[in-house]
Amino acid sequence: MTDNRTLRWFLFAYLALVFVFIFAPIFFSVVFSFNSDRFPTIPLGSFTLKWYQTVWNDPDVWEAARTSLTVSLSTATIATALGFATAYTDYRYSFRLKPIYLGLVLLPPTIPLIIMALAMLAWFAKLGISGQVMSIIIAHSVLTAPFAMAIIRLRLSQMDPSLEAAAWNLGANEWSAMRRVIVPFCRPAIISSFCLTAAVSFDEFAISWFVSGLNKTIPVIILEIVTGNIDPQVNAIGSFVFLVSMTLVIIAQVVLMTRRKKEN
Amino acid sequence: MVAPLVEFRSVVKRFDDFVAVEDVNFTIDAGEFVAIMGPSGCGKTTTLRMLAGLEAPSEGNILMDGRVMNDVPAHERDTPLVWQSLALFPFLTARENVEFGLQMRGVGAAECRRRALEWLDRMEISEFAERDIASLSGGQKQRVALARSLVIEPRILLLDEPLSALDANLVIRMQSVLTKLQRELGITFVYVTHSQSEAFAMADRVVIMSRGHISQIGSPKDIYRAPANRFVAEFVGRNNIISGAVTKTAAKTVTIEGSLGSFTVQTGQHDAPRKGDVARFVVAADLAQISVKKPNSGNVIPCSLISEEFIGSVVTLFLEAEDGSELKVQLQERELSKMNLKSATTIYLSWADEHGHYIGVD
Repeated sequence: MTDNRTLRWFLFAYLALVFVFIFAPIFFSVVFSFNSDRFPTIPLGSFTLKWYQTVWNDPDVWEAARTSLTVSLSTATIATALGFATAYTDYRYSFRLKPIYLGLVLLPPTIPLIIMALAMLAWFAKLGISGQVMSIIIAHSVLTAPFAMAIIRLRLSQMDPSLEAAAWNLGANEWSAMRRVIVPFCRPAIISSFCLTAAVSFDEFAISWFVSGLNKTIPVIILEIVTGNIDPQVNAIGSFVFLVSMTLVIIAQVVLMTRRKKEN
Repeated sequence: MVAPLVEFRSVVKRFDDFVAVEDVNFTIDAGEFVAIMGPSGCGKTTTLRMLAGLEAPSEGNILMDGRVMNDVPAHERDTPLVWQSLALFPFLTARENVEFGLQMRGVGAAECRRRALEWLDRMEISEFAERDIASLSGGQKQRVALARSLVIEPRILLLDEPLSALDANLVIRMQSVLTKLQRELGITFVYVTHSQSEAFAMADRVVIMSRGHISQIGSPKDIYRAPANRFVAEFVGRNNIISGAVTKTAAKTVTIEGSLGSFTVQTGQHDAPRKGDVARFVVAADLAQISVKKPNSGNVIPCSLISEEFIGSVVTLFLEAEDGSELKVQLQERELSKMNLKSATTIYLSWADEHGHYIGVD
């Protein structure tokens, strides 16, 4: 009994340490974003919003935020649509080369980002579309579509296989059945995959840095500010990015979980 | 002559190498309650799905009202199906589920609502109209599924083992709901099941399928009392199937001699037994009798008692004949209690000539 309790406490402490290890840097980044001292040292100086003001008044940061927002929303839309289409294809049809099809669809996240970024850059340059916002969107869609596909595919696998046929049986043609049955059934997965792909795109640095040209996204501008310069502005931007990503991820989780609870 | 509502003409359905339905021919008249029964994998569900247009026949034609339906897509047929899984839309309320078919037919919102509520009321679940499907009980879901199919006022309703998920009491109740509905609406029900009790309790006619073929079509009583072949005899009810060589043929009877003895069996007008054939006949367990004293005449098999199965007022006794084959007899519990079987070493199973049903050579 005592052994068991010791072990439990040990594991609990271990888990707590893991979380501290992951979140301490972010926590301190948030703390220092409100600290008046230029250098991140303890003891802290006084409370200030000065760094947020600097960021607020920096047109470059605004420009980057706009680009990031455009990119992440477009990416989320395209990736979710692609993910839904591929997941539905997998659900609905069986064909001989399906394992290869699935392998190809799920491949992008397994490629090292830096390799993919370089390849994208070279490819876009060849096509003459490098250095545009559109090129970041395309690259991010390729990167995130597999996540969307995985989430929606999981949802489709929980669907009663008779459901779609039941819609046909009641007079729905293929399009109506898709619109009235498949999409509503997948709605929680579609919302979560939209949020998650948006979050991934919003945070992504390597590909954005390579293919963005003059259109900097937020992660890119953070790197530029930090290069050769310690500036607490970065903490302010970082806190903001963290807030956006976490919000998206939490929405995705909540949508998926409430649906599951309701159906059980 | 009026064309039958549904006609299957030499219908074959293959899935790759597997033949699910092979040369199936039958007709269904308007207003009939037809059950298609058979063990799993016999092709009964495939037959139903072809009727709904969810599978296309590989060969042959399916006609409705004399019109070939093979190429009519599922959504253009008025053949609503009540699914084994019910397949209710989980993201819609009960009422919205019922409205679905009407909306697909372009019925206006107010009219949809009115007719959906009318059907929910008819199925006695109007108080659950605005509930989520997940919050309904099995029986209530069943009623929503029926309402959803019937609200479009079809001439034929297809049912694919709809009661298999319900507990025994509810099955009996839903059976009476279904038969009552069918009688009131006067529409055709095609009911697929593996359950003999469901098929026999509700259907006017039963189609028995085995390995993609039709084994027999007939009224429940025909099938129960006069199984056409060994498969039906084994699948349906508690039958004793006895085989032997035909030793004597007469006008309406035949003598069959096997390891269990020599028996006289009546033959029908279509039977053509020949001397020397190895033939089978059936004695229904409830038509046989037992006694402790050996009867003087008739068809008799001496047996010993192995076990008994008690279901309410009826008892089934399992007997073993001298050659090791198992025989069954069904009798009323109060009759059994009058006999003193425990002390008897040999029990005589016997039956009158007319209770042996000749099934021939197959």
